[in-house]
Amino acid sequence: MTGELDLLAELLKHSPALIVAIPLLGAFLTPLIGKINDKIRNGFAVFIVALTSFFAFLLANDILSNGSIRTYVFGGGSALTDGGFAVRILFEIDGMNAFMAIIASILALAGVIYSWSFMKENTGLDKYYTLILLMIAGMFGMILTGDMFNFFVFLEITSIAACALIAFRTNQGKAVDAGFKYIVISAIGALFILFAIAILYSQYNALNMAVLAREIQLTFLDKIALALLITGLAMKAGIVPMHMWLPDAYGRAPASVTLLLVGATQASLYGALRMTSTLYGKNIVGVIKHADFNLFSQVVFDITLNGVLGFIVILLAILTIFIGVLMALKETNFKRMIAFAAVAEIGYIILAIGSAFLAVSSIDSVTSSAVLSQPGYMALKGGIFHILNDALDIGLLFLVAGAIYYTTKETSLNKLGGLARNMKYTTIFFLIGLLAVAGMPPLNGFASKILIYESTYQVNPILSIIAILCSILLLAAFVKVFHSAFLGPKQEKFDNVKEAPKSMLVAMGILACIIIFIGLFPEYVLNNIVTPAADALVNFGNYIHAVDSNYVISLIGGF
Amino acid sequence: MLYQISRFIEQWLDSFKTGSEAFGVGFWNPLAWIISIIIAFLIVYIIRGMGKNEYKEKTEQTKVFLSGNPEAEKEKMHVKASNVYWGFLETLKWLYKGLDKMHNGNVSDYVLWFVIILGVTLLLIGGI
Amino acid sequence: MIYQIPYIAVVALILIGLYAIIFRRNLIKMVIGITLIESGVNLFLITLAFRKESTAPIYHGTGSRLMSLPVPHALTLTSIVIGVAVTALMLTLVIHIYKHYKTLDARKIGMEGDEE
Repeated sequence: MTGELDLLAELLKHSPALIVAIPLLGAFLTPLIGKINDKIRNGFAVFIVALTSFFAFLLANDILSNGSIRTYVFGGGSALTDGGFAVRILFEIDGMNAFMAIIASILALAGVIYSWSFMKENTGLDKYYTLILLMIAGMFGMILTGDMFNFFVFLEITSIAACALIAFRTNQGKAVDAGFKYIVISAIGALFILFAIAILYSQYNALNMAVLAREIQLTFLDKIALALLITGLAMKAGIVPMHMWLPDAYGRAPASVTLLLVGATQASLYGALRMTSTLYGKNIVGVIKHADFNLFSQVVFDITLNGVLGFIVILLAILTIFIGVLMALKETNFKRMIAFAAVAEIGYIILAIGSAFLAVSSIDSVTSSAVLSQPGYMALKGGIFHILNDALDIGLLFLVAGAIYYTTKETSLNKLGGLARNMKYTTIFFLIGLLAVAGMPPLNGFASKILIYESTYQVNPILSIIAILCSILLLAAFVKVFHSAFLGPKQEKFDNVKEAPKSMLVAMGILACIIIFIGLFPEYVLNNIVTPAADALVNFGNYIHAVDSNYVISLIGGF
Repeated sequence: MLYQISRFIEQWLDSFKTGSEAFGVGFWNPLAWIISIIIAFLIVYIIRGMGKNEYKEKTEQTKVFLSGNPEAEKEKMHVKASNVYWGFLETLKWLYKGLDKMHNGNVSDYVLWFVIILGVTLLLIGGI
Repeated sequence: MIYQIPYIAVVALILIGLYAIIFRRNLIKMVIGITLIESGVNLFLITLAFRKESTAPIYHGTGSRLMSLPVPHALTLTSIVIGVAVTALMLTLVIHIYKHYKTLDARKIGMEGDEE
């Protein structure tokens, strides 16, 4: 009995490193195993991803139930050397990291099972599975790391592997062109992030996120670094007006690759959240400009950093939602339309996070946490919950689009019609995805969208009105797709179209079951998975205390 | 006795309340959702099953009625996706002209937008 | 003043690289622009490590002198390797694009077949 408990505890202690190391090892073993047989190589890839997901769920279960933070220092030893410097690379996992790891592992599992039969007619599948496992390793590394330069390296690994996968069908000219656009945008964004990391290193002689969070103040160079970091990561996340690469890249890639690209986009959004709320957490109410002038009496007010950030983010969010929805109504290519809907959903997340920034009133220096008002805390929880729901819904819709391309070889909606007779299960999955994106109870979109509507109403009622209006327009766009692709009379050229193969149905079924489960039990998910993540973002003192135990925080206070 | 039963039912119903007193109290019970979906499905199924018995396929009964007009082939009868929201798209043509120019495939324009947003953010955060 | 010249060179390199990407139509010139930006950022990393009258950070075993910081040197090496991989990938994609479209003009590629 004690032997078995020790094995589980040992695995748990080393799981952050195993989550990144197992896909890397599997990626380089795949071409060797591919020489034996095709089926064995596919099974090996699914086995590696299943093992990684097992470790990710084990780690997330431990973090979310205890509320503790784990650090894993590479090379043994302690996080701080004798002199008090943090020079070793470490992975630091708190509630927010565990939440993102759950999302990434669900998407990776569905993607690899789906591509078993989706890519069957393509050649060069050895390279495909190698690149998929490399991209999964890069995504997990970006999510779990606690070191700034390590984040940059994993960001580059993910974007190089993703670019090669987008341009996988080299016989089509437009896919190669989409890959080229993706790597140009990605390289520029990553280089500007490296510039910001170099500025921060030159000021404080530290690359560790916890040490930087302890030391940072709002000097002029720090403000430049913050602007560069936010804009670079926002371009990778697809926020208007830097979003134009997203429909090209999502629309021309194979469908299983698009699913993993959604995961990579959410990981960049997580990076932006981590930089602003933990790295600059101590200065989030720092004064930028102090203005006093004489109107009829002395008017004195401060412009604080969270006010400026909230203003910028909410402005970009409204633009994102509008442009995403308007372009989705006009588009007639199936996957490009879903990509525009993905842009609009990112706008909802940003809207909630911006409202949370505006609601920060002060910093509690005793417990080292930000003091939010109650609507702001609800907005933060709604935004983080919507990351999970958005990844699942948009992922399911992309898988359905891929299934239709696989059976009918058509991508344009003008040429489809009447497919509900032949493909029954695919129609049901598309209906579930449609209702979930529009926010219909009892599916999961309703739970997060009502939190966003209620909390942004407290900031300004107009924001809530715009959000509800665009949600209805998004429903209109998807009803157009449902009518023109699935309903209608039976057409002759689709007479011998069969149902999608079994592994694709299994992958879609996994996502649909999780959607229905979250929709029926939202309180359970909200209290056990989302609230620890929101708490981890608000209490940045715990993040610092896990690395540097001399940083004194007291445990009174909080909510 | 009746009072105790009503107290018990009230406490059981209270356990499903969501929300707080400040923002409004709601009611969410997963079992109620599942039961109501099953009941709705059964009602729809029974109503569908009560159709007429004289329906025969592939006879004159299944032809489309168009007030005597000739019926075109099936592909032309289906409203295409680009024509579904024609009225909405026509009135907003001035907006879509600008949006389409933003979404051409040119990578240089994408990077130009990035530089513009970077400049605006630097000015705003740096404090003008 | 002479110690500020590398920083001016960094800003100049980055601005020239951005100009090449935004205002030039040839795809190969865009790749060259990205290489210029990457060279600028690497130069910035190395300039941060310098101290006045210092040598390379390697122990010789005969006393100690002032040494420049070794950590940015490691960061620069990693960044150079990543830059090589990205440039190789981009040039491969340019070769494929030329085989399909027979032109390298950025305004003429990738516009067909999406809105049918």
